[in-house]
Amino acid sequence: MMVSQTKAKKSVWKRSLDARTALLYLLPSILLFSVFVFYPMFRTIYLSFFLTDQNGNAALFVGLENYTYLLESVAFRNSIKATFLFVLYTVPTGIIIALILALLANEKLKGIGFFRTIYSSTMGISVAASSVIWLFLFHPSIGMFNKLLNIFNLPQVEWLLDPTWALLSVSLSTIWLNTGFSFLILLGGLQNIDEHLYESARIDGASYWYRLRRITIPMLSPTLFFIVTISLINAFQTFGQIDILTKGGPSQSTNLIVYSIYKEAFVNYQFGTASAQAVFLFICILIVTILQFKLGERKVHYQ
Amino acid sequence: MKKVELIDISKSYDKQSNVISNINVTIEPGEFFVLVGPSGCGKSTMLRMIAGLEEITDGVLKIGEKEVNDLPPSKRDLSMVFQNYALYPHLTVKENIQFGLHVKKIPKKDRMIRTSDVAEMLGLTDYLKRKPRELSGGQRQRVALARAIVNEAPICLMDEPLSNLDAKLRAHMRSEIRQIQRRLGITMIYVTHDQIEAMTMGDRIMILHEGSIQQIGNPIDVYNNPANPFVATFIGSPPMNITSGVGDKESNAIRLNDSISIPVPFEDERYLMEKIIVGIRPEHIKAATKESKEAEKILVEVVNVEILGNETVFSFLMGEGSWQVKWSGQWQIEVGDKIPLIMNYESFCFFDSEKKEIIKKPSDVENHVFGKEVFV
Amino acid sequence: MRMLKRSIIYILLIVTSLLMFFPIIYAFMISFMTGGEILQGKFLPSNLSLDNYVKVFDRLPLFNYLINSFVVSIGVMIGQLIVCSLAAYAFVFIPFKGRDFVFFLFISTMMIPWEATMIPNFFTIQKLDWINTYQGMTLPFFALAFGTFLLRQHFKTIPKELHEAAQVAGLNRFTFFFRIVLPVSKTSLVTLGAYGFLTTWNMYLWPLLVTTNKSVRTVQIGLKQLQSQEVSTEWGVVMAGVIVVIIPTLLLLFLGQKQLQKGLTQGALK
Repeated sequence: MMVSQTKAKKSVWKRSLDARTALLYLLPSILLFSVFVFYPMFRTIYLSFFLTDQNGNAALFVGLENYTYLLESVAFRNSIKATFLFVLYTVPTGIIIALILALLANEKLKGIGFFRTIYSSTMGISVAASSVIWLFLFHPSIGMFNKLLNIFNLPQVEWLLDPTWALLSVSLSTIWLNTGFSFLILLGGLQNIDEHLYESARIDGASYWYRLRRITIPMLSPTLFFIVTISLINAFQTFGQIDILTKGGPSQSTNLIVYSIYKEAFVNYQFGTASAQAVFLFICILIVTILQFKLGERKVHYQ
Repeated sequence: MKKVELIDISKSYDKQSNVISNINVTIEPGEFFVLVGPSGCGKSTMLRMIAGLEEITDGVLKIGEKEVNDLPPSKRDLSMVFQNYALYPHLTVKENIQFGLHVKKIPKKDRMIRTSDVAEMLGLTDYLKRKPRELSGGQRQRVALARAIVNEAPICLMDEPLSNLDAKLRAHMRSEIRQIQRRLGITMIYVTHDQIEAMTMGDRIMILHEGSIQQIGNPIDVYNNPANPFVATFIGSPPMNITSGVGDKESNAIRLNDSISIPVPFEDERYLMEKIIVGIRPEHIKAATKESKEAEKILVEVVNVEILGNETVFSFLMGEGSWQVKWSGQWQIEVGDKIPLIMNYESFCFFDSEKKEIIKKPSDVENHVFGKEVFV
Repeated sequence: MRMLKRSIIYILLIVTSLLMFFPIIYAFMISFMTGGEILQGKFLPSNLSLDNYVKVFDRLPLFNYLINSFVVSIGVMIGQLIVCSLAAYAFVFIPFKGRDFVFFLFISTMMIPWEATMIPNFFTIQKLDWINTYQGMTLPFFALAFGTFLLRQHFKTIPKELHEAAQVAGLNRFTFFFRIVLPVSKTSLVTLGAYGFLTTWNMYLWPLLVTTNKSVRTVQIGLKQLQSQEVSTEWGVVMAGVIVVIIPTLLLLFLGQKQLQKGLTQGALK
């Protein structure tokens, strides 16, 4: 009896050997995720129910008041509207441009490597650098855009100062900045498509557009699916462009949600309402990911 | 050299159904032992249990005289060759061969000597500085072999080592592996799904099906006296013809279909069962000659013909499937021909239809192994 | 017909590349111009004077910022490579109960936008007294679900027989990880390294929050300072700063474009 017991005990210890080793390898990640992702996420949700002091400590429990305050606040509703418009302006256009470039760069021609490098170049450019460049391009008097308008005798536009144009201008610079990454991913997806598919289509005499519609796009759908998700999430997280180009103005027309969180927290020191906004951002991204997975599962052709 | 003993070995993944059950076998020192069976029969799992890569659910595994169930692979004193060779892609041929020696802390001088010996034996001397991706399939296979034998482990396990090679190279490597094993005298446990490899290489073969042993024996014995219909159809190419027959006590014959029946001699009356499985090897079905008795002739219609240079294989319909006939030489036979055949009663195997066990072995001269006395 | 098709594609390629690359070329040109030239709206500078470059290093501790950016980017890169490869190894080569759950937990961190957690993170760093330190700038980014995922995908392509052969040869876990898995996965380690370096170099919001002086401040914040100091006056100096900041990452991208493309697609899709 004793013997069999010790044997059983030993085997439990032995059987858990794998789990214990695995834990050792996973420990750094788990620790870091706990401290810098999971804890702050819960802390954010917690803080969103409180009024806070200057050091971000919960001071007074207010329940859902932060949320009701936000929903009634014109500024926040405006910020939501701007965020969604921004997503709408940047994501589809950005992906279509990147797709066209990827299709062009997927042709087997001499010197194609050079063009691929050029197309992907914006991936190496930071938000700050790109925004400073575009700030100059948008400059009302010496910027290139207004100079172009001038040449064609068109009226000048206050790109970043006119509420009707500001969000579009920011979107334009964002599309340019994100094209490099989307291009790189889509080109990779195109190159993963089995060459034989095209050969057999060519034997059948399919035209370029037919091949594009019937082979390329369906076979590329997992990649497209991935890049749509990433672009959506990126668009929700936009900050640097706003901070440098418009600071949320004019008249809050470019006050995207992350910039709004930043201002609420680190300029106004309202950590409670900022946290409530952060929770809102989290929910938006959660919905996007879940939707993508639900829709993606059905529509995507995996190879 | 060590023996390997499997006592009541079982394996299950979900604690309910066994993928391998009650395996009992002793592999003798210096023996070339082949595990053969269709894919999914559990042969690789068994090899991996011997190697220690897979846990043994039940039973005892002994290597030498020692129980090794709980020992890690490296403590079992064996080497292994994998189907895809498992060469380290970032190391040169030489580093690959020496890898295990390095881990076992064998002095550098010894390492060098052993490596060059093995490289020479396998004709790899010129390739020692190359990376695996710069080698052909056959060369990679040799590196894998070299890595296994350089350890000088008393037992070598091989898991389908030839299945990634083309047919010609495979035939060549069969004899080369066999020769190396003889020269080094190691105990070899060899897994394959290819019955030709099993037949040509093994001292003894073990046929596995659905996780249990079907038959163990030397290849010729297994070929001549298959223990059950599964072995009968698995070993031999084309496989043994099998169909179920009905014993007819009035005419003293086993009816195979409407037109064909096998007369059973009086002393074998016990085989006239309600249901029986009948088998005959394709080469044992003969052409009827002028001397054949009219009553023994069986007329069949040819449905397919293959002429393989020195032999001719044709088939005719029988029951739900078809039977094949293999004759040496080149025969002018065409689809649709009606051909008179003779099937000797002595050539038939009978299997019990319930227990699937052999009850009558073939006993004519075709199944006789000639001794050396026939050479004058 | 084929010639025609080819010429059309080349024309399209050239036009689109010019459009895509124009802002960078323009910035490059401006960085050599004097204030007067910029006001005139010239495209080509009259001479390649490095005045603006000298000035930008004068106005800002830009050299200091560059060093900081390098330290932070390389720090994050190495940290990510170590932390992610250890985790990916456990996910591929060590079977244990609950592995799928832990993996799901890792993946779920991808759904938490980093901006949604920045407020508590800022206070964590503040409480640790890590404001204006390298560890405050780097440590929060060491664990990366995407990196773990990318490496896991590559580790999974390593035949399990390699692991088994190593077991038969008597290698312990860590030796196998260090001497076989890592060298064999060199390509995806390079991809992840380049990706980590790029994203860290270009990081904006976090350095903005946790740096208050020049001690660990990075070039991106330097650009913001430059731009807000110099508005409308000396665009040449600002663009010189931009060029200095983007050159390291552009070089890295030009060298590793092919690698990055392959690696990222693999990580993303399989």
